Amino acid sequence: MTRVLPVVLVIALVAALPLLGDNYLLRLGTMGAMYAVMALSWNVIGGFAGYPSFATAAFFGLGAYTGAILQGAGVYMPLAWVAACLAAALFAGLLGLAILHLKGHYFAIASLVVAEVLLEITTSWTSLTGGGMGLNLPILRISVDAQARLFFWAMLALASLTLAMNWIVANHRLGFGLRCIRQNEDASGMVGINTTLYKVIAFILSAVFVGGAGALYASWVFYIEPPDVFATLTSVKPIVMALLGGAGTVLGPVIGAVLFLVMEELVWRNLLEIHAAALGILIVILIFFLPGGVLGLFKRRRKPAAPSRPLASAEAGR
Amino acid sequence: MTAILSLDNVTQRFGGLTALDAVSLDIAPGEVVGLIGPNGAGKTTLVNMVSGVYKPSTGTITFDGKRIDGLKSYQIARLGVARTYQVVQPFPEMTVLENVMSPATFAAGNLGVEAAQEKALEALRFCGLDEQAQMRASELTLAGRKRLELAKSLAMDPKVLLLDEVNAGLNPAEIDLALDLIRRISAKGVTIVIIEHLMKVVMNLCSRIVVLHHGAKIAEGTPAEVTSDPHVIEAYLGNRYARKQAGEAKEGADG
Ligand SMILES: Nc1ncnc2c1ncn2[C@@H]1O[C@H](COP(=O)(O)OP(=O)(O)O)[C@@H](O)[C@H]1O
Ligand SMILES: [Mg+2]
Repeated sequence: MTRVLPVVLVIALVAALPLLGDNYLLRLGTMGAMYAVMALSWNVIGGFAGYPSFATAAFFGLGAYTGAILQGAGVYMPLAWVAACLAAALFAGLLGLAILHLKGHYFAIASLVVAEVLLEITTSWTSLTGGGMGLNLPILRISVDAQARLFFWAMLALASLTLAMNWIVANHRLGFGLRCIRQNEDASGMVGINTTLYKVIAFILSAVFVGGAGALYASWVFYIEPPDVFATLTSVKPIVMALLGGAGTVLGPVIGAVLFLVMEELVWRNLLEIHAAALGILIVILIFFLPGGVLGLFKRRRKPAAPSRPLASAEAGR
Repeated sequence: MTAILSLDNVTQRFGGLTALDAVSLDIAPGEVVGLIGPNGAGKTTLVNMVSGVYKPSTGTITFDGKRIDGLKSYQIARLGVARTYQVVQPFPEMTVLENVMSPATFAAGNLGVEAAQEKALEALRFCGLDEQAQMRASELTLAGRKRLELAKSLAMDPKVLLLDEVNAGLNPAEIDLALDLIRRISAKGVTIVIIEHLMKVVMNLCSRIVVLHHGAKIAEGTPAEVTSDPHVIEAYLGNRYARKQAGEAKEGADG
């Protein structure tokens, strides 16, 4: 509880951002909160369970289109957001049953393809989605400032919810079971963990709030099109953020999301042409020099697991 | 005798290879059964099938009156069948205590954190690992990691324990410690099936020995019966030696 209080205080402070009356800052804050939702969500499947999911864009786009279509049909906006959460969760549950038996690269590639497939479907199903022309959302009849505040607070609330979800998972038997699965999935079954169920739950949790974020994003920008909401970068960025801050920790992904946003604003605005290259270099640096993320720098340095290898090979050779 | 674990005509094929060939086996509660056989005989495969890693190609496996072939490994573990791995399988980044808490949390009923921790500590004390409780599992010696496997199995409150070469790679002093530990586990009433290459260990512990060769059960009986069985000698030492022995015996009879 002593660690929860400072976090609540920081969230309360951030929530006071509209007092500064700067709409640029408010837009950045909304983006930051959205990034935090995505990084924290990825953390459950990628950080805790160790499954390198590239499905974030699929959940985001699905949420965006669910929200947009429902709002277009006259559904009350917050209800459309909730429905987007549920749609993403249901989709993740079914998708998880289909692909979570794959390991490592195979799982990563399967999850990466999903957003591409949804992109194709959305583009060709013109009667429902407007196809490549995109989809306009109903205009809100409130002032521009009020809109900026509304979406900022809504996104911040969603991020706080995702953070709370991570905290609960980490302190629950689900989190313990997911850590076991990440470290040794075969042994996890032997100690009584229903690995299929736990992985599917983790995948659903990695989708539910991303679906909501997609719908919020759609309402916020009033117009969505397939390549925008199903962009592959939407799957890559949360991974970089989580690794940057510390995957598998509760606060790491939030710290990573904020750092990423700052870098994006300061560095990449000025390096537009080499944006992708800069992202690539960042990934390489992360993998080689910061395996535990920023939070990892403050933890005790991990001793290399030196004795395990010679012994394992000695046994295998017998 | 009502068996606690029985295999009935169990066959396991991997593609064209028959790793286990129509093996039937009954194990009584409280028994310590040795499972021996040359490398590649199918011993680990048998353990993998009982513990739910594979579903038998044909045949049935019954535990405590309930069919378990086709169940998932977590279901079989929760019923009370524990196993150790020939190649140890710890959760490397967790502490020794957390490693042992995992089966206490997930397999031994719905325990809360404190109860699971208590049970884990008890298993660690039993195995003489309590002083290493806060060490990372990957930092243990091989003997330590073998004992960790045992402690993990014990924290599940197993009725049947399958030990796959728990002594492989240990020095004689460590083996004596492990033997004592296995004896104490057996004294708690746990039924044990032990795969072992060291005849000293098998002779010491087991009331009954089952011999596998090329996936088939070729002999079964007391240690004395099994070691004098010509099929077993042939499987272990090859044809020539067996014929020579048989020849010598014949000459002896003729002369
Ligand atoms: N998953 C598998 N796929 C294919 N072949 C296997 C598999 N597991 C075991 N085998 C084969 O089955 C046979 C028995 O292996 P195993 O049970 O490990 O023997 P043992 O433990 O008695 O040394 C070996 O020929 C081995 O190569
Ligand atoms: Mg073996």
